[in-house]
Amino acid sequence: MNGRRTFLRGFLSVLLSGGAIGGILKILPSKADAREAPPKGQKWYGFGVSVDKCIGCARCMEACKNENNVPREPFFFRTWVERYITRKNGTTAVKAIEPNAEPSPDTASDKSILRSFFVPKLCNQCASPACVQVCPVGATFQTKDGVVLVNEKTCIGCRYCIQACPYGARYLHPVTRTADKCTFCYHRISHGLLPACVEVCPTQARVFGDLNAAASPMSRFLRMNKIHVLKPGLNTEPKVYYANLDGEVR
Amino acid sequence: MGKLFEKFPDPLARLIVVVLALLVVGVIVFVLIPKPMKDVEIQWADAVKREQGRPVKYAGFHACAECHDKLYETKKKGYHRDLSCETCHGPAKGHIENPDKVKPVIPVGRTFCPQCHAYNPSRPRGFPQINPVAHNPLKQCASCHNPHDPKPPTTPKECSACHGEIARMKAVSHHVQLECTTCHEAPRQHKVSPRSITPTKPQTREFCGKCHAKDAKDKLAKNAPKGDLAEHGEKYVCWQCHYPHSPEVEQ
Repeated sequence: MNGRRTFLRGFLSVLLSGGAIGGILKILPSKADAREAPPKGQKWYGFGVSVDKCIGCARCMEACKNENNVPREPFFFRTWVERYITRKNGTTAVKAIEPNAEPSPDTASDKSILRSFFVPKLCNQCASPACVQVCPVGATFQTKDGVVLVNEKTCIGCRYCIQACPYGARYLHPVTRTADKCTFCYHRISHGLLPACVEVCPTQARVFGDLNAAASPMSRFLRMNKIHVLKPGLNTEPKVYYANLDGEVR
Repeated sequence: MGKLFEKFPDPLARLIVVVLALLVVGVIVFVLIPKPMKDVEIQWADAVKREQGRPVKYAGFHACAECHDKLYETKKKGYHRDLSCETCHGPAKGHIENPDKVKPVIPVGRTFCPQCHAYNPSRPRGFPQINPVAHNPLKQCASCHNPHDPKPPTTPKECSACHGEIARMKAVSHHVQLECTTCHEAPRQHKVSPRSITPTKPQTREFCGKCHAKDAKDKLAKNAPKGDLAEHGEKYVCWQCHYPHSPEVEQ
């Protein structure tokens, strides 16, 4: 008798607690599943990177920080540029370059270097994003035009998405204490402007546009180049497409 | 409370408690919690609106052309034609809204241009690069190069002015005595439009064979390593395997 009473009391209190309400009646993250491919006519944004054009000048990183109020400290990035150095013995070292760093022709005379190049990176705005799936409060979501955004009003800063992102594209904003990442400059593209990094790139290594458009720099980029995406085996279906990507980068 | 329930049989009292509790939960979830707190669609629409409302700082390429049309026309013809104004001058939305008070940056000094143009082996070949330490020290970049229409102040005479890496490599190789023009024919226009008009490369095996074939007669060929063109390399042009600027003899 007594056992049943304590059980019922416990059961009721669990039922009344917020977590159980959310869990049983599915208040929040129930609809946070990834969207399928877009209908025709709907904008579906994509991004192109020509690796062989990047000169590693870090103008994109600078512009991104200016445009999006990304903290100035050198370890918070929405977009960054990595320098790959492949040596003759087959090893590859990857290092993110620093904006405004003194130009250093350090490796020019190093004979053990086989090749080296720059690879710009940013949020891949996956069509099937891991970060959206793991968010426990539905704060990360995909817009109708395919951009993955963070709702900073509901983000609780649990960092699941930062862990889940296979591309390391997210960071915890030190001021708002919420997850932050590249939004393709959503405030710019929805007003017909280019993302800030595309705007300032001096060599047109970055291309942006609507993947559904028949004629645009983006569709031309996809048509004229051999295209790779990063970590294709994860089935995240990235919408950042790389041209002339070295086999070391995947 | 306890007395109230004594009227009912024990199981019924318990059932009432459960039903009441469920009712309370239902009221909390469906009535008391406001809709924006439980409907993600509303939250997302809200977030999209907030995201779209963020202030723009980079005005974009065409905005500058409306006033600075002369500079725009100059730049359109030069090598910096694909460069956005704001790449060098920084975000300019404020300048557009208030042209007198807010002035964009004009980068001076010798640190800005080298961010793109300092020699870096990871940069793509052919991108114009200099060594900022050795290149006309203490001189402002803009004193020789117009940033809106950059080109070398004088057309370079030597190939090494642009192809320094190759020149330095050749200088310590067995091909040190060969002029660039021995193997390459550079049209005069190459100095003006280096990328659209390119020098030639040897296209036949017989060209290298002039020195390196078994029966080479050329004066220069006295000490050159020789091979039988008929047996060696078959269908390939020599430079498809050997790098002529640093032939790998001693390795």
